[in-house]
Amino acid sequence: MIGVGKIKQYSNVLERPLSKGKQEVSLSAFAFLFSELVQYNQTQVDNIAELERRLEDAGYAVGARVLELFCHREKGNRRETRLLGILSFVHSTIWKVLFGKVADSLEKGTEHEDEYMISEKELLVNRFISIPKDMGAFNCGAFVAGIVRGVLDNAGFPAVVTAHFVPVEGQQRPRTTILIKFAEEVLAREARLG
Amino acid sequence: MPTAGPRSGDAIFASVERVNAELFTLTYGATVRQLLTDLEEVEEVNKQLDQMGYNIGIRLIDEFLAKSNISRCVDFKETADVIAKVGLKMFLGVNATVTNWDAEGTCCSIVLEDNPLVDFVELPDTCQGLHYCNILSGVIRGALEMVSMKTEVTWLRDMLRGDDSFELQVKLLKQVPEEYPYKDDE
Repeated sequence: MIGVGKIKQYSNVLERPLSKGKQEVSLSAFAFLFSELVQYNQTQVDNIAELERRLEDAGYAVGARVLELFCHREKGNRRETRLLGILSFVHSTIWKVLFGKVADSLEKGTEHEDEYMISEKELLVNRFISIPKDMGAFNCGAFVAGIVRGVLDNAGFPAVVTAHFVPVEGQQRPRTTILIKFAEEVLAREARLG
Repeated sequence: MPTAGPRSGDAIFASVERVNAELFTLTYGATVRQLLTDLEEVEEVNKQLDQMGYNIGIRLIDEFLAKSNISRCVDFKETADVIAKVGLKMFLGVNATVTNWDAEGTCCSIVLEDNPLVDFVELPDTCQGLHYCNILSGVIRGALEMVSMKTEVTWLRDMLRGDDSFELQVKLLKQVPEEYPYKDDE
């Protein structure tokens, strides 16, 4: 970027002015980093479930920070308190800033009242990933599921969030669906609020 | 495709796909935090970050050469300039300058004017020995090794440790002569 001055020194990270979040790095830089994150975690686990859990944990840490940052910057220190509000915040605002686009779809589960799904044809983190056959249903989207869970949990909407490949007809690559299953208390509260 | 001369870092950065820097920053932060939890010793984390960087560097050099259209550098000075002006720019979108050359022209400093790895970061007292950006030095070391240069890359100044800028020292240890004929698949 032209005209970006030298970074100033601040005694405290909180005194630093908040960036507008328009800075970018190359997609390759992110993909290389993410690939290392996955490879490192592979050395730390014995099975796929454990690997997904660790990626989800890493994502959770990102999500918690993203929520704080965005509520401050995009929403003037307010955050959503209703279920649909927070879901559309994740699907639109967060997706747009983090991944450069609104998520392809946000749907309510047909079988269960407490399930919602965010789907993406080609999730950014899965762009350069191909899963070896022996790793079965492993999905690096677990990292993004973690981000979503981090955001929801810290906003007061505890949920179980998982990432799944869903085959799409006529497409070679499956899409990724982030399945959100809210905790009972969340739905009870929603019902009370009417 | 017509092959023009080498492309500038700005031109390449403008043409490649990009992602939000905060996603990158926070993902890196999550990685470092995971390493700190797993490995406990700060020194081990420094090593692991350097190793991850090295792994990236040996792959990233291909993309760099393919996109930059740069041919062989005549000397190490040119190499350092290319890293600062083209390499760092095209991947991280940052500007850097090369200074502090020694008399032999084999050791210099790359000073970063901006560093997307460290946004939102403050080192707690327990992590004062951490070279938070060690992945970056690993990348440079790995990439240079793939173009026949053994180097040692160390952080001289680090703003997270209270210095006034980020300064990487790149020291050329030796040029490894390329073997010919190449043995791709024996």
